[in-house]
Amino acid sequence: MLIACHECDLLQREVPLPRGGTARCGRCGAVLYRSHPESLERTLALTVGAILLFVLANAFPIIGLSLQGQVIQTTLWNTVRTLWNEDMRSVSALVFATTIAMPALQLAAFTYLLLPLRLGRVPAHFAPVFRMLQAVRPWGMVEVFMLGVLVSLVKLAHLAGIVPGVALWSFAVLMLVMAAITSEFDPRSLWAKASALR
Amino acid sequence: MRQPAISAAGAGLYSCHACGQLARAVPGAHEVNCPRCGGHLHLRKPGSVSRTWALLVAAMILYVPANLLPMMHTSSLFGSQSDTIMSGVVYFWTSGSWYLALIIFFASIMVPLLKMIALVLLLVSVQLRSRWNLRQRARLYRLVEFVGRWSMLDVYVVAVIVALVQLKALATIEPGGGAVAFGAVVVLTMFAAMAFDPRLIWDPLEDAE
Repeated sequence: MLIACHECDLLQREVPLPRGGTARCGRCGAVLYRSHPESLERTLALTVGAILLFVLANAFPIIGLSLQGQVIQTTLWNTVRTLWNEDMRSVSALVFATTIAMPALQLAAFTYLLLPLRLGRVPAHFAPVFRMLQAVRPWGMVEVFMLGVLVSLVKLAHLAGIVPGVALWSFAVLMLVMAAITSEFDPRSLWAKASALR
Repeated sequence: MRQPAISAAGAGLYSCHACGQLARAVPGAHEVNCPRCGGHLHLRKPGSVSRTWALLVAAMILYVPANLLPMMHTSSLFGSQSDTIMSGVVYFWTSGSWYLALIIFFASIMVPLLKMIALVLLLVSVQLRSRWNLRQRARLYRLVEFVGRWSMLDVYVVAVIVALVQLKALATIEPGGGAVAFGAVVVLTMFAAMAFDPRLIWDPLEDAE
């Protein structure tokens, strides 16, 4: 089988890989493909975990300030709404898109594609959903948001006591699970499975 | 001797951006879709160089207000102040949190700047059809794509701080115009990096001698 490097377009022959192996382009060094044992099963399992964490991360306060016996807390949605009301609509939309909408779309698309495949059928609109997934993935920035929360935590620490919320921990774990999904998901396995089922 | 390398485009094959499938180019066809996933196929991203330039120039222009305008206005009983990105860095540096000062300095000032310089370098070298340091330039592009998202850091910091402190009567913190410009710089440079086609770096190898 011939494949083209997605970064330099060099044609090269596909070789079978040992477990855990990585095939790199002979010319530019880009990763062509990796050995992904049980890629789809693992991605699906991680996606289910990520959905639970995502719900927790959105439902509970991220951090709170305690000042004179009073605790003020904020959720992610609250953050988006405050920015919107402060007339920072573009920034609000950006935060909403990168921390809520895109990760949610990504998790929904993974579930939509992988769950039916696991049950032995190819879902309708398989190809467009796959393309949407690929387009959405660079815009989910859970890990950057997490670092942003930590920086603001330090910034506010001199003003008041900091009360870490449930969502802070959920976000921290969600960040790791999302990173695991990125490394486990293998589009080649997805297409191989889909065409085997058709 | 290595055998002469041939690109998919050189062999008349489209490589799908979305799924990696190879498809034979049809002569004279106006619009081709991937036989497997249905995505649009191009030998190279259309108008890659001019699109990247356009997005990049817009990002460069906005980089100026992003750094000069305040990210936040703070007003309390003790007076009011405006913070730009750089004054935030200085604040952390002088208050002893030098590691945070470094993180913000790199994520918010150096990363966007180096990213724009790197894209200019890639664009100019591609337009000159240069064969200089091909592998290094490919690596540079990979780095640009990987690191760009981290610049969003300061936007999130502003968002979280504004939301938390808003609720308190003691001090009010309002987001400043710098946050808008800065968010736009990050998004524009990400789009610019996506518009750039790294395969253009290697195309001069197939030029006639």
